[in-house]
Amino acid sequence: MAGRELTGRDGLDRRLASARLLSACPKALVIAGLGSATYDLFAAGDRSANFYLWGAMGGAAAMGLGLALAQPRRPVLVLTGDGEQLMGMGALATVGVQRPLNLAVVVLDNGRFAETGMQPSHTAQGVSLPAVASGCGFAWTLDISEMDALKPLGARIQAMQGCGLARIKVRAEEVARTLPSRDGVWLKNRFRSALGFPPM
Amino acid sequence: MAAWQDRIFEVLKAGNVKQVAYVPDAGHARLIERVEDSAEMRGIVLTTEEEGVALACGAWLGGERAVLLMQSSGVGNCVNMFSLVSNCRFPFLTLVTMRGEWAEFNPWQVPMAKATQSVLESMGFSVYRVARADDVEETVQAAVDLAFESDQAVAVLLAQRLIGRKSWLAGN
Repeated sequence: MAGRELTGRDGLDRRLASARLLSACPKALVIAGLGSATYDLFAAGDRSANFYLWGAMGGAAAMGLGLALAQPRRPVLVLTGDGEQLMGMGALATVGVQRPLNLAVVVLDNGRFAETGMQPSHTAQGVSLPAVASGCGFAWTLDISEMDALKPLGARIQAMQGCGLARIKVRAEEVARTLPSRDGVWLKNRFRSALGFPPM
Repeated sequence: MAAWQDRIFEVLKAGNVKQVAYVPDAGHARLIERVEDSAEMRGIVLTTEEEGVALACGAWLGGERAVLLMQSSGVGNCVNMFSLVSNCRFPFLTLVTMRGEWAEFNPWQVPMAKATQSVLESMGFSVYRVARADDVEETVQAAVDLAFESDQAVAVLLAQRLIGRKSWLAGN
């Protein structure tokens, strides 16, 4: 079938790519989509301004939108995978209407549902998330397949000059899991404390 | 109908709610109009209701109060996303206009109407139901307080009888 790339050997190392990106946008408030993106964010270095999703599939971008509107002076990064973003594709339309200057969605795209057995996803079969975001009115979209592009991407996220989506092509491969806390109440209170909000 | 919707607007405004996410419903039309005209609140139109659940949780992470407006059919779209609310004990408030329960013309609204309250309660919500216009203000105020002062998931069901019959046919 045209557009398929089912071998999955192409692309960047997801851990190296996410670590490079996150080191280039240290001011960002970060929400990670469930599965590999949550493990990647934790592996890149745990911090209070990280929020790890372990469920709520399809909700990461919408959650990032609520956060970005509430914190307009902080860059907000939603780091997620292709499967998670595909489930929340409507949220890209919702973001495209609000267009917060400080929101970036970065999709680590391995073209697979990695958590459940590496089944090929839609993005391995011709569906382009940057094209969807562009059609939804995002200010910028990027399709990244080189490590050299990640430092500029981090700088762009911190510049807060328009909402954007970047797809980073990563290899479809099993990576050792690195597991952050699964305690949602603790993660919430820790994140809010970093912004100066007390617990209940 | 407009009067009690205006009172909801005033309660949300006084309650410092900043983000109002919605999938439109005729029963919420006046409130949505007031929100979109407001300088203090931002209306956020959604493609599906569960976006509003995640959005409200993100807003709270960033220190803002949000509310989700939807009709009863939308509750069914949200069920798995409600696990975000309960796992993290996010304060969460939704105002649900009921369809399919009183003088309904469209039978496709009925199954979800019958399930709405039990689905919400199954997912851990406190559910308030309002059937009289005079009770709307006090009930929504109580829901705002329970949600945001006690970090609870709260739904207010606005009865279809309160909203009134939908006119389906010319001359009806």
